[in-house]
Amino acid sequence: MLYVWLIAPFAEFEFMRRALVGSFALALGAPPVGVFLMLRRMSLIGDAMAHAILPGAAIGFLLAGLSLFAMAGGGLIAGFLIAIGAGIIARTTALKEDAALAAFFLISLALGVTIVSVRGTNVDLLHFLFGSVLAIDDPTLMLIVSITSVSLVILALIWRPLVIECVDPGYLRSVSRAGGPAHIAFLALVVMNLVGGFQALGTVLAVGIMMLPAVISRFWARDITLMIGVAVGAAAVSGYAGLLISYHANLPSGPAIILVAGALYLLSVLFGPVSGLVWLAVPRRHLEA
Amino acid sequence: MTAALRFSNLTLGYERHPAVHHLDGEVGKGSLLAVVGPNGAGKSTLFKGIVGALRPLAGGIERGGLTVRDIAYLPQIADIDRTFPINVYDMVSMGLWRRSGLFGGIGRKARDEIETAIAAVGLTGFEDRAIATLSGGQMQRTLFARLLLQDADLIVLDEPFNAIDAKTSADLLELVRRWHRERRTVLAALHDIETVKAGFPQTLLLARTPVAWGPTAEVLTPENLLKARRMCEAFDEHAHECAA
Repeated sequence: MLYVWLIAPFAEFEFMRRALVGSFALALGAPPVGVFLMLRRMSLIGDAMAHAILPGAAIGFLLAGLSLFAMAGGGLIAGFLIAIGAGIIARTTALKEDAALAAFFLISLALGVTIVSVRGTNVDLLHFLFGSVLAIDDPTLMLIVSITSVSLVILALIWRPLVIECVDPGYLRSVSRAGGPAHIAFLALVVMNLVGGFQALGTVLAVGIMMLPAVISRFWARDITLMIGVAVGAAAVSGYAGLLISYHANLPSGPAIILVAGALYLLSVLFGPVSGLVWLAVPRRHLEA
Repeated sequence: MTAALRFSNLTLGYERHPAVHHLDGEVGKGSLLAVVGPNGAGKSTLFKGIVGALRPLAGGIERGGLTVRDIAYLPQIADIDRTFPINVYDMVSMGLWRRSGLFGGIGRKARDEIETAIAAVGLTGFEDRAIATLSGGQMQRTLFARLLLQDADLIVLDEPFNAIDAKTSADLLELVRRWHRERRTVLAALHDIETVKAGFPQTLLLARTPVAWGPTAEVLTPENLLKARRMCEAFDEHAHECAA
């Protein structure tokens, strides 16, 4: 019985297995990046970035049709350009990062829409907006897994300066020049993981697998390493449960995954040991010392 | 005595308005210098110039062969994100950056040093505490522990005892004395004249232009202090270009 419900769908269908591997890969790569975005108070930056990527992907689509690498490449290039441009402006001028990105992604979005309408093609970008995790083929899976691997390695390389820059940017500036490159590399990670995610979930929901697990983790851990563990776990559980629900209830899979993450989020807000609402509502007696 | 810092006709400021104007002089290696002056006198500006965070409008600073990365700097208003999930131990261990760099491991010896630094500031037992839970004084102790690990020859402290109680100030001042005994050069911006008289052999009295600089007893005279207090704080929006 349990087998039929929990395992059989993956044992029987290859597309379910591919979707599961893809979701797990995304769950490893994106949530750690999301944790840093949250801690830097840039939770909404992912959204802006997702919009910034779309026009690049659209250009790739116009040039080469529904080619995985043209679209992913276009998205990466557009995202990197905007990340680097915004990063440099935020570090050198009075503008803060969110403002710099807001300006850039709006320009990028308008540019993308213009390009698409000038070409006058009735582009089917639905796939882009919402993705289809059940339609992941081998090249797409390779792309997602590669992005996750590269992302984890880069994150390990820039971990120390990234953490120090989040806590005490002034100190990092006073001892090292690593802050700038680490910052840009981090923004590149955001772009990469979103490009990986939108193949499976679409541009809009790719942000979900990045940010929701990160936000969930805040309610379960007080230490950044632990938070990242919780975030990855929450994302993996969401991927697995979301796929099962979509299979059994015949629901679209991408939204199902994100909705499971959303349900976990609501549970965390209520019952999370770190500042969960229920614990705040039921104050316990204070301690002796 | 060789100079740790030499200022030559140094002018520092913001948007062409000088905040420190025409400063000349040198800070001897191993000296313990208090920088005193009213709010807006240019103390923090001078320190930002020394650590390379602010480019001089004119003149220059020689750092006696050190680069700005060799200077340990405690800013007055550190932009520390106190809500970040990091504990005291990790915060202090950042002081090892110059030795460990990006990827260097933190070995047994380094861990001992971290423990020693934490003990030296009286925070033993606080290692696992998140920095969000620290009081103002405990945070300042944490930052001093980090300074200890930086092991720098030139240490610049911008109002290190502000809003710090007497016990903590005394403890941290003892660390400053220790650095002085170790022949490190220490500059500290201070407001409490008694602290300066008791602990700092040299004083620079600054009121945008230097009022006096030398042995503390000769600098902190009532006349000099009055002169410093008369300083005009506001920029003149219609100031002409300085000819000097």
